[in-house]
Amino acid sequence: MLGILALVTVLVPMCNLLIPQASPLHISTFTMTLLGKYLCYALLAISVDLVWGYLGILSLGHGAFFALGGYAMGMYLMRQIGSRGVYGNPLLPDFMVFLNWQHLPWFWHGFQWFWFAMLMVVVVPGLLALVFGWFSFRSRVTGVYLSIMTQALTYALLLAFFRNEMGFGGNNGLTDFKDILGFSLQSDATRAGLFIASAMALGAGYLSCLYITRSRLGKLCTAIRDQEDRTRFIGYRVENAKLWVFTFSAILAGIAGALYVPQVGIINPTEFAPLGSIEIVIWVAMGGRATLYGAVVGALMVNYAKSYLTAAMPDAWLFALGALFVLVTLLLPQGITGLLRKKEVNK
Amino acid sequence: MNVLEGVRTFFRRDQVFDFLIPDIPPDLDLTHGIILYLEGISVSFDGFKAIDNLNLYIDDGELRCIIGPNGAGKTTMMDIITGKTTPDSGSAWFGQQINLLKMDEPEIAMAGIGRKFQKPTVFEHHTVIDNLELAMTGDKRMWPTLNARLSGEQRDSIDEILNIIGLQKLYQDRAGSLSHGQKQWLEIGMLLMQNPKLLLVDEPAAGMTHQEMDRTAELLTSLAGTHSVIVVEHDMDFVRSIARKVTVLHQGSVLAEGTMDEVQNDQRVIEVYLGE
Repeated sequence: MLGILALVTVLVPMCNLLIPQASPLHISTFTMTLLGKYLCYALLAISVDLVWGYLGILSLGHGAFFALGGYAMGMYLMRQIGSRGVYGNPLLPDFMVFLNWQHLPWFWHGFQWFWFAMLMVVVVPGLLALVFGWFSFRSRVTGVYLSIMTQALTYALLLAFFRNEMGFGGNNGLTDFKDILGFSLQSDATRAGLFIASAMALGAGYLSCLYITRSRLGKLCTAIRDQEDRTRFIGYRVENAKLWVFTFSAILAGIAGALYVPQVGIINPTEFAPLGSIEIVIWVAMGGRATLYGAVVGALMVNYAKSYLTAAMPDAWLFALGALFVLVTLLLPQGITGLLRKKEVNK
Repeated sequence: MNVLEGVRTFFRRDQVFDFLIPDIPPDLDLTHGIILYLEGISVSFDGFKAIDNLNLYIDDGELRCIIGPNGAGKTTMMDIITGKTTPDSGSAWFGQQINLLKMDEPEIAMAGIGRKFQKPTVFEHHTVIDNLELAMTGDKRMWPTLNARLSGEQRDSIDEILNIIGLQKLYQDRAGSLSHGQKQWLEIGMLLMQNPKLLLVDEPAAGMTHQEMDRTAELLTSLAGTHSVIVVEHDMDFVRSIARKVTVLHQGSVLAEGTMDEVQNDQRVIEVYLGE
């Protein structure tokens, strides 16, 4: 798994940058950016698998953490535009000038620094998960009720970010980015850099999740998933275990979002849509729960199918997704990677 | 000068602010030889009195059997001791110093009360050895748990428990694949790994063959003395084989207490069990 990832990390940018366009081995910048986007989705899928597959928390709101990380990155990119915007205001982003705002809102300060934005990518989703988790896990909300609450959380954020008064660009979101750390976002080299960063983030996220799930804490998580009460009587603080793993997962989702935004060039409130969060769960279910690499496989396959089908047969995509989900649930309850594992057992 | 005085009193070195005093739980105090006090405990669910003015004392090192018809409040009593249920009134003390009603389940478990459930509840997706490792006594906060490694000593103690519960050949098997009796044994093993002072054992002999039952009885009697054990059981033969002192619960309070023979000849107990 990591070997394949390392190979892709090296080969794709090389094929893009070094091999001339006429050659059949050349990978277009468009394809590379698309692949980079998939890698971000894969990291997001891993973060959901960590809380759902191992801890048994079906989060239907992980898109919220992804989007918050994305917005933090988007705010940095907005501040980098400077006076090159349509209105040419050196301080205020275009949409604020358009709304006739005179001052930069307080929460936009600090985002001119890359390090501050990166800190916020981690802190904002993490803090939200910490507060949300602290309240819900302490009062022992579990199962469907918790899923509905996560759904409500992301929906509430969706509505909030749609409002122009919030100061995040309303329904247009943040877009028209120019450069990151001084490198133009349009250049192939920057795109390759972002692709490599996404691949490395995915690798690091995968390894850290692997470390957690193989540790005693990981065993504890599975124990909580299967017999929550029993773990309490052994002396473990179930709510703390849930809280920390959930927060870690939210941070991973935030990082995925931050890498996603410069590659697609826009972040808007639709990323908070409950439907999006449900789709992440579908990726994980298709790939196979509680395996981590299953989540990666699921995210890549479903998103490739989505890119292909929405281009080839735009009307058919949602039907195909539904059919795929039904088929996988009926025939492969362990997901696609469950097939491989079955073969291993039979050997 | 006044300011200086104020600063001086504020920074006095011989006193500590209340909120800075660490909240150290008191040690288990057994100076009076009694490990568990339940006094005047009542709890009702939707008007139904599950426990009604229950008084029960367990001596240190005692093996006590609790019997009673269905709905007598045996399991509810265990729920109260382990912090799952909060009673409407009454008090529950573990030794002289530890107030059980102010603690939640993990705190009570860490204080030294272990519990085996009526239905064997083991972690079915884990191997036998992982089950024991999770139950093992030690630091159970999150960061130490993340970085925990088994030391040689801990491995030995796991091996020892595996020997006691007779699962040494099956230690790599998934707990879900064990038979009912083996699961019972595994859960008892997890209880032993916790190394509690007081063991609450709910129906340990259910689903066991006679041989297994004999071994369980042997194990429980060997634990008494160094540990205090409360056994809830329906099987009278089993109770007879281990019991020194038996408490009969009926409608949430103690009906009779004494040796097995005394209890069995008690007129009220006969009425409750056999009807008039």
